[in-house]
Amino acid sequence: MARIDLQNLGHSYTPNPKSDADYALKPMTHVWEQGGAYALLGPSGCGKTTLLNIISGLLTPSEGRVLFDGKDVTTLPTEARNIAQVFQFPVVYDTMTVYENLAFPLRNRGLRGPAVDARVREIAELLDLTPDLTRRGRGLTADAKQKISLGRGLVRPDVAAILFDEPLTVIDPHLKWELRSKLKALHRALDLTMIYVTHDQTEALTFADKVVVMHDGRVVQIGRPDELFARPAHVFVGHFIGSPGMNVLPAEVAGRAAKVGGHVIPLGRAYPPLTGGEKIEVGVRPEFATLAPAGAGVPVRVTRIDDLGRVRIAKVELSGLPMAATVPESLAVNGDEASLIVDPAMVHVYANGALVEGEAA
Amino acid sequence: MDKPINQGAWLLVLPVLLIVAFSAIVPLMTVVNYSVQDTFGNNQFFWNGIGWYQELLDPTTDLGGRFFDALWRNLLFSFLILAIEVPLGIAVALSMPRDGWRVAATLVVMALPLLIPWNVVGTIWQIFAREDIGLLGWVVNRLGIPYNYTADPLSAWVTIVVMDVWHWTSLVALLCYAGLRSIPDAFYQAARIDGASQWAIFRNIQLPKMHRVLLIAVLLRFMDSFMIYTEPFVVTGGGPGNSTTFVSIDLVKLALGQFDLGKAAALSIVYNLIILAVCWVFYTVMTRMDAQRN
Repeated sequence: MARIDLQNLGHSYTPNPKSDADYALKPMTHVWEQGGAYALLGPSGCGKTTLLNIISGLLTPSEGRVLFDGKDVTTLPTEARNIAQVFQFPVVYDTMTVYENLAFPLRNRGLRGPAVDARVREIAELLDLTPDLTRRGRGLTADAKQKISLGRGLVRPDVAAILFDEPLTVIDPHLKWELRSKLKALHRALDLTMIYVTHDQTEALTFADKVVVMHDGRVVQIGRPDELFARPAHVFVGHFIGSPGMNVLPAEVAGRAAKVGGHVIPLGRAYPPLTGGEKIEVGVRPEFATLAPAGAGVPVRVTRIDDLGRVRIAKVELSGLPMAATVPESLAVNGDEASLIVDPAMVHVYANGALVEGEAA
Repeated sequence: MDKPINQGAWLLVLPVLLIVAFSAIVPLMTVVNYSVQDTFGNNQFFWNGIGWYQELLDPTTDLGGRFFDALWRNLLFSFLILAIEVPLGIAVALSMPRDGWRVAATLVVMALPLLIPWNVVGTIWQIFAREDIGLLGWVVNRLGIPYNYTADPLSAWVTIVVMDVWHWTSLVALLCYAGLRSIPDAFYQAARIDGASQWAIFRNIQLPKMHRVLLIAVLLRFMDSFMIYTEPFVVTGGGPGNSTTFVSIDLVKLALGQFDLGKAAALSIVYNLIILAVCWVFYTVMTRMDAQRN
């Protein structure tokens, strides 16, 4: 049971980092609360795994401190931390049976006898591995192997947090869903802190209570899945989360209106004049931009309509700027002339990529 | 649909048949032919049936006694070098660097003994170990240890065993190293998280991954050492006495020294069959064990 504090934590693989670009993980401060289910979301190479390996102790950070329940563990080796990690590729000790695999972490820590047996059986039961206990690790399916890797983490009674490094990458799609539900259930049952690294937004949003979005070694937003969707703090979050991602268009913003490609789009908040030389953009998700018959809103030209099954998404051009919009079920699009109705409350203003807070009044 | 039958297709197999016939079957049959006959020179041959084989496999005869003595020496030699080279090779592989420029440097140094022609290896050690002018032999004697491989059988054995270890441990080490390199980092990281000791890592991760290459290493080293000829021939010439006369050395003495073609041919056939049989048994046992493991 632990709360994990990261204080000014940064890591660089080069000895003397000078600029921001030298950092694999730019200095950050963050608290992982006890019992939380977190997802670390970001594209490959954004520093997720570096951060994870620092928390588990496989890597010693070049800057800052890691605290478990207030105790500094920055330089403690992995073995001395009460933490478990599940890797992208399932690690199973081939020559041992499933039972021995699960007992391995306990036996390595000097535990013997009935205590080990009871714990192993309990965890095997939780993971539905009981029928396989006497089988050898070799020859099991990838999802069973990944469950064993997970089991070796869970089996230790003192574990404070379990870290997952893209654990479902090698699992068949139809089993992914099952394993993810299993993880969710385990999280509720065991009151463990779980940190789940992934580049798959569906995995992150369905697993986590809180999602930490990383981009280029920097944490760009921490929030609940609905916050990430409704109010992306950075254009990167807008792009990365949602399918298709947020529309980001260059604009001139003044007061409660944004001028995009010669057309005025109303805004839900009032903004001071933004002319500090920054790049000003407005972002709106396709879900909040609805296609309407020509003349009802901002005029656009429809280039293509994709039927995604549940919804139809139109690719449109607003004064030549490409964007995506939702097509209402009732609307039949004739020709390529149409217009766009935008929900003002869901239009966000970004300066150099970062969200600008407007005045609500 | 009926398959068309085209006997002409046999022609496609013909080149292989011819090559195999000329490279293996014809020479082998010549040896079989010699082994059932006796000759007194002048290219005159007399039928002897299985006579040579009976004599060879009966330890009470002169020929049989020679053969079994040499065979036991061979088995002892193979056992000794396997017992030394396999654990030593594993140890060397485990201590080799995993990354950086040192990998290339180590690999080159390790491969050097393997690139030296066998009779050159013999010559190197023949001189290196001489008690009068050889660096090793002279130093050992100056240390007060009596060592002379031309006069003392134990010295001779130590010399050829150490020479073989020097020559071939690299091969075992390189094979094991290849096995070790195929282990993903995640295994070591997971082992650290599981709190595994060095021994537990070796026992449960490294050894199982080296299992296959070790099988090959043992097989190669067994065959090579069982057929050893050049190095002991150069260093000791089979002496002192007959103490380092292995089957291959005896075979050459018999065939080219005494010109006993019939006896030598019978010995060749039996020698060949022993190696084939041992390799077959070895391979079958190992693959069975492998299958059981799954």
